[in-house]
Amino acid sequence: MQIQPILAALKHHKLATFLIAMEIALACAVLCNAVFLIAGRLSAMHINSGVDEASLGAIVVTGFDPKRTADLNARMLAGLGAIPGVESVHAISSVPFGPQWGVDGMTLDQAGKKFGAVVEFYLGDPGTPKALGLKLVAGHLPSADDYQPSQGQDYFPASSRVLVTRALAEKLWPGENPLGKQFWAAKWQFRVIGVVANLSVSQYTENGEHGAEWCVFVPTQAGGQLAGTYLIRARPQDLDRVMVRARAAVAKIAPDVVLDYANSHSIPFLRARFFQTDRAMAGLLVGVIVAMLGVTAFGIVGLASFWVAQRRKQIGIRRALGATRGDILRYFQTENFLIVTFGIALGVVLAIGINLVLMKFFEVPRLPLWYLPVGAVALWLLGQLAVLVPALRAAAVPPVVATRSV
Amino acid sequence: MFAYYLDLALRSLKRNKLLTVLMVLAIAIGIGASMTTLTVMHILSGDPLPGKSAHIFYPQVDPTPADWYNPRHPLEVMDDRSALDLWGAHRADRQALIVQSPVKVSAPGADRPPLMLTMLSTTSDFFPMFEVPFEYGAPWTPSEETGHARVAVISSDLNDKLFGGKNSVGKMLRLKDSDVRIVGVLKPWRPTPLFYDAEGGFTGNGYDTSYYAKPEDVFMPFQSALEVNDGNFFQMTCWGNGPSVPGHLQGSPCLWVGLWVELDSPAKVAGYRAFLKHYAEQQKTLGRFANADTRMLDLMRWLDHQQVIPKDVRLQTWLAFAFLAICLFNTVGLLLAKFLRRAGEIGVRRALGASRRAVFAQCLTEAGLIGFIGGVGGWLLTMVGLWLVRRQQTPYSDLVHMDAPMFFVTFVLAVAVSLLAGALPALRASRIAPALQLKTL
Repeated sequence: MQIQPILAALKHHKLATFLIAMEIALACAVLCNAVFLIAGRLSAMHINSGVDEASLGAIVVTGFDPKRTADLNARMLAGLGAIPGVESVHAISSVPFGPQWGVDGMTLDQAGKKFGAVVEFYLGDPGTPKALGLKLVAGHLPSADDYQPSQGQDYFPASSRVLVTRALAEKLWPGENPLGKQFWAAKWQFRVIGVVANLSVSQYTENGEHGAEWCVFVPTQAGGQLAGTYLIRARPQDLDRVMVRARAAVAKIAPDVVLDYANSHSIPFLRARFFQTDRAMAGLLVGVIVAMLGVTAFGIVGLASFWVAQRRKQIGIRRALGATRGDILRYFQTENFLIVTFGIALGVVLAIGINLVLMKFFEVPRLPLWYLPVGAVALWLLGQLAVLVPALRAAAVPPVVATRSV
Repeated sequence: MFAYYLDLALRSLKRNKLLTVLMVLAIAIGIGASMTTLTVMHILSGDPLPGKSAHIFYPQVDPTPADWYNPRHPLEVMDDRSALDLWGAHRADRQALIVQSPVKVSAPGADRPPLMLTMLSTTSDFFPMFEVPFEYGAPWTPSEETGHARVAVISSDLNDKLFGGKNSVGKMLRLKDSDVRIVGVLKPWRPTPLFYDAEGGFTGNGYDTSYYAKPEDVFMPFQSALEVNDGNFFQMTCWGNGPSVPGHLQGSPCLWVGLWVELDSPAKVAGYRAFLKHYAEQQKTLGRFANADTRMLDLMRWLDHQQVIPKDVRLQTWLAFAFLAICLFNTVGLLLAKFLRRAGEIGVRRALGASRRAVFAQCLTEAGLIGFIGGVGGWLLTMVGLWLVRRQQTPYSDLVHMDAPMFFVTFVLAVAVSLLAGALPALRASRIAPALQLKTL
């Protein structure tokens, strides 16, 4: 296939060629960035909470007297535990994707000079790590002695032996053995006795996704600050039924407290709600991509159809001079390929430009370069598909057209 | 002449239905997408106090210690001592303290479970300053405020819930363990965004949608509220050892109180800035502040600074307009094809005496007509788009409706886009040389 005559023909349609190329360029730029954004949202939605989500739920109550939490805990633990299907109930400060309890800055020295990180503290009563299904990768789980009563209205026991996540250990002591290391938050002291594979924050903190697993588990006895939120474990197939009964049971177990209905759900439910905006955004981006590719394809169909109609006579002459149908078909396909290629060349530059703007204003990471060839191939395919129908119509022009009304 | 062009345009549109449908569809989809996001932006970026917002300011000082990890001086709220010092000086035309806390609410005698609601502890200027509308009763008086009176103003929602919407002024409300007398009931009030709340931790990252939540249900005088709901107050952050008793923040090294002031003239604004600076310097000399940084933004700048418009919404708006640009290029290309296809017809018109201007006007009329039809389609698609937004679980879902200006903008944008798209092809068509076309007929 000779390209020379095609280029010569396109020179007569500079404006239309330029318009289609610009449309392709914009489509290419938006396509690459939109797919990249979708990928980002989807990967965020795969955050590993580190707990046995399918077996867990939370019941949250508020409006109780903070001085009488021992009584509330006793009633709630016994009452919820009596529901058929419940395997265990634990007092916990918060659960992944539930309301946030304790996020605080911590330091690596007692004087509070050497800043470590802003982390989320989880409190839980004996047996909580097992109930959550935390996977220990180093050290050991807290023993019975490690669960201390929280002192009155204090947030933490004065000195605790705690579990940290692998991600937090890497952040605080990169390359070192975290076991036995100490850190402080205000007046409270913590010593690491074990490292767990994963445990995510309840809600994103100021660290965003970067610090999604910067968590500390502080073994504590129920009472004091540790009251009002209860972790329910049940078999996955029983969980939804158990949660319905647990929510209803609160009114009987503790008629004087207020059930936080919005947050008293199974973890899978809380997780789905947590990522609702991400899912909506991903869905919207998919919708835009489909509509955009559709509009672009229609534009190609419309313009190619026009060109075919305009060149009917020339096509007839070429056919009469011996060009096969295949030659005509390939002519239009090659023409489209050239225009789309021109558009893609512009689009690649535009895609990188848009990504730079997104990086500046929307904290989007850098666009991996392999998105560009993939986007280009997608648009080449789209162009070829769109031009196929008009090109086939062109190929069907009979040679006899050449003899008419010359 | 316009009617004639319109008739010609209609005939031309009917002649090639596929091309017409493609163009109308492209404009409709582009307009639908951009108007949906634009309507959401329009609602979220509105001025909550039109005509008054330029006189409302949010003063800030920085009470945090020098060695304390704090990337963003000064933070959103202050400690109670600074807030009370500034408030008590009464240097502004009006001033209001702001603290939110969750509170257990029940109506004495009512046979219903207690509710957990949000209470705003504030001062009496809050209501006139923010033009809060009252259905029944009135704000509490300054003397009730200084006398630590157990009085409250409730939202119309709560009044509906507890008292069936009847006048409940004088009735009692049980807040935690205290009985409080209702002195006022608000009309339905939904400032958008909920501009006066700076609570919610380290906000201002652009991913927080709580700025579009509903206002609080209970409003109480500052000091009385601290007494009634003691133990349920939350700090934004603390340093040192934090509060000695969680939830009791008076005198603690914590940030938890916000202050709003109304300043009615530029001179007063300058005066208050100097006062604020002087206060910070003085506190620094006393050793209570480590740095004398102050900031005082007006309401709209403060909202901008806090990035109240969710970033997702901004991103969607950009995306929609990129999409509209693609639709625009598409329409230009198709119109070009359509007009040039009629070269022969245009040649005849020109030969019969039509001026270039007349051909141009005729082509633009056709483009405008396509834009108008596309606008109708775009309006329908916008309604679908807004319906989809309302189905999302965001605090602002219930606010998203198309108002009259946006309805108008839809059609203006559609016709403008199509005229813009039609200008170049129409210019090309009007340049057609009549002789050349007539020869080929």
